[in-house]
Amino acid sequence: MTGVPSSASPASSFAPAIETVGVTKVYGSGNTEVVALREATMKIERGEVVALLGPSGSGKSTLLSAVGLINPPTRGEIRIDGQVVMRGPRALVDVRRFRRERLGYIFQKSNLIPFLTALENVLVALAISGQEGRSAKRRAMDLLGSLGIAARAHNLPSALSGGQQQRVAIARALANRPSLLLADEPTAALDSTLGRQVMELFREVGHEHRAGVLVVTHDQRALDVFDRTLMLEDGVLAEGGVGQSVG
Amino acid sequence: MNLAIRDVRHNAGRFLLTAVGLGLLLMIVMGMGGIYNGIESDAVLLVEEMDADLWIVQRDTRGPFAELSRLPANVEDRALVVPGVLEARRFVTHTIQRERHGRPLRISIVGLAWPTDRGAWLPLISGRPLGQGHYEMVADRTLGLAVGEAIRLGKDVYTVVGVTRDMIGSGGDGLAFLTVADALAVQFDSVGEATRLERAARRGRAEGMDIGLTQPGLLERAELPASALPAIGSPMVSAVMVRLKPGADIETVRGNMAGWADVTVYTGEEERQLLLQGPVDRARRQIGLFRVLLVAISAIIMSLILYTMTLDKIHDIALLKLMGAKGGMIFGLVLQEAFLLGGVAYVLAYFIGLQLFPFFPRRVIITDGMLVWLAFAVFAICVVGSSLGIWKAMRVEPNEVLS
Repeated sequence: MTGVPSSASPASSFAPAIETVGVTKVYGSGNTEVVALREATMKIERGEVVALLGPSGSGKSTLLSAVGLINPPTRGEIRIDGQVVMRGPRALVDVRRFRRERLGYIFQKSNLIPFLTALENVLVALAISGQEGRSAKRRAMDLLGSLGIAARAHNLPSALSGGQQQRVAIARALANRPSLLLADEPTAALDSTLGRQVMELFREVGHEHRAGVLVVTHDQRALDVFDRTLMLEDGVLAEGGVGQSVG
Repeated sequence: MNLAIRDVRHNAGRFLLTAVGLGLLLMIVMGMGGIYNGIESDAVLLVEEMDADLWIVQRDTRGPFAELSRLPANVEDRALVVPGVLEARRFVTHTIQRERHGRPLRISIVGLAWPTDRGAWLPLISGRPLGQGHYEMVADRTLGLAVGEAIRLGKDVYTVVGVTRDMIGSGGDGLAFLTVADALAVQFDSVGEATRLERAARRGRAEGMDIGLTQPGLLERAELPASALPAIGSPMVSAVMVRLKPGADIETVRGNMAGWADVTVYTGEEERQLLLQGPVDRARRQIGLFRVLLVAISAIIMSLILYTMTLDKIHDIALLKLMGAKGGMIFGLVLQEAFLLGGVAYVLAYFIGLQLFPFFPRRVIITDGMLVWLAFAVFAICVVGSSLGIWKAMRVEPNEVLS
């Protein structure tokens, strides 16, 4: 996947954050073949916050891992910031570098590194992209401050509540100013109040940081915070309509 | 950002316990090396300390250490007249075991050729060398005898006048230095009845011969101690040590002595090799082999520990990969942690060893060379041991974060 030289050129502020064209993912072959995703085509603009809905096994995580450059599609094309990054299973860019510079991930569990403090968890994302020293620390503190958890910066994840952990995870995902934030059921482990707060946070950061945000969720109660929803059923992607209270 | 240090800091208790366990294992490796050195050093200690150019021993034996050697004491006089010889000294050694304070006390007795050799070369930590021809001894501190203490050996009481350090025989017993005459008296001590029977036997043999009847002085001499009767029961020594004059050719001197029918002559180096290839060879090889096995076991255990430590972090490693971390960062995390563990274990091994080794019954000699060797071995074990963990870390896919 990383055989092609890097082409992580500067993001175009006019191109969509992410665009998929006919993305199909097939697992297995012959009698055991399973089509997890069929011809998925979608587009998310920068600053747009989109929910991806669908029952279990509908292909949500498959789509997310494909656009997150984690699990390549079998067919189709993925463009990030207008640049074709995957054509079928073939990577056209240095995937690792692209993930580092353009993408931010948030998971159901916060997936914070347990031996690093909240601040260090954000710093490590900056360190991976070569940013260290005072400026990196200032940026990390700014991010934690903007998410309301600067006071817990020096706490280990085990000393933070679920909501605080997710905020740190969001701060970490935003550290490198990604074009696209991908979140996989980020509120599944939270109660409804916290869950809603986190979803609202996605809308805020999406709009403030001008990042496209794609959130896989089962939670129907907070759909009003999204600009748009997409539906996946049996691997087929469809537009699900605009959220009830956009901005 | 150093992830290894932060991980260690977070799991400090577990890391320290692992390091202590590994440290104890490395301490045993270090100790085995030290015991190996100790056996070798103890074996050749006397040969090196006596600093003789030539050792004259009983014909066709590999004495006096590797095998029993008995020489007439007058070989010393014969040696002294050989051109090129500066000095010749009788040498007697044997081991005795006595009871002291209800516990067995094993002493390796060495006879010094009084008055030529008073033991001035001994590494004394208290007291003085021998000051008279009889009833004094210099003892190694491992024997537990203090200056001024008196100990009965045979019919006589010997006073400790000096205490040495690190003077151990090849069997691991502490050395005690007496004059040759006293060493022989201790060696050939017998009960009064045995002495009376021996004298009666001598008298009977003398009376049965014409010379005994015609020379009454011979009958009188039969009453003397055996050591004073060279013609009947000559005092035997273990060897005679020879030092050469400056510029004397060792092979010429040796060639002259080799003409004597009753002796074999070895150089100091040959005597040293006889010792290393003789009495201590099997012990040395056994400990050497055991040491190699311990190093291999340490490497396996350390590899498993490092692999397990990597497995514990595999999710975090997958996450770092997902975030775009380069291979060097992952590689560094595993390898630095291996070096931290190896380094802490090594330091612990050294300091625990320093405290424990003096209580070992045999000398444990830790040399700088050995410490450097072990440091390299630990370094190599860290590299090899962590390679399994690194292999696993490098194979992990970023999408494992999602599982």
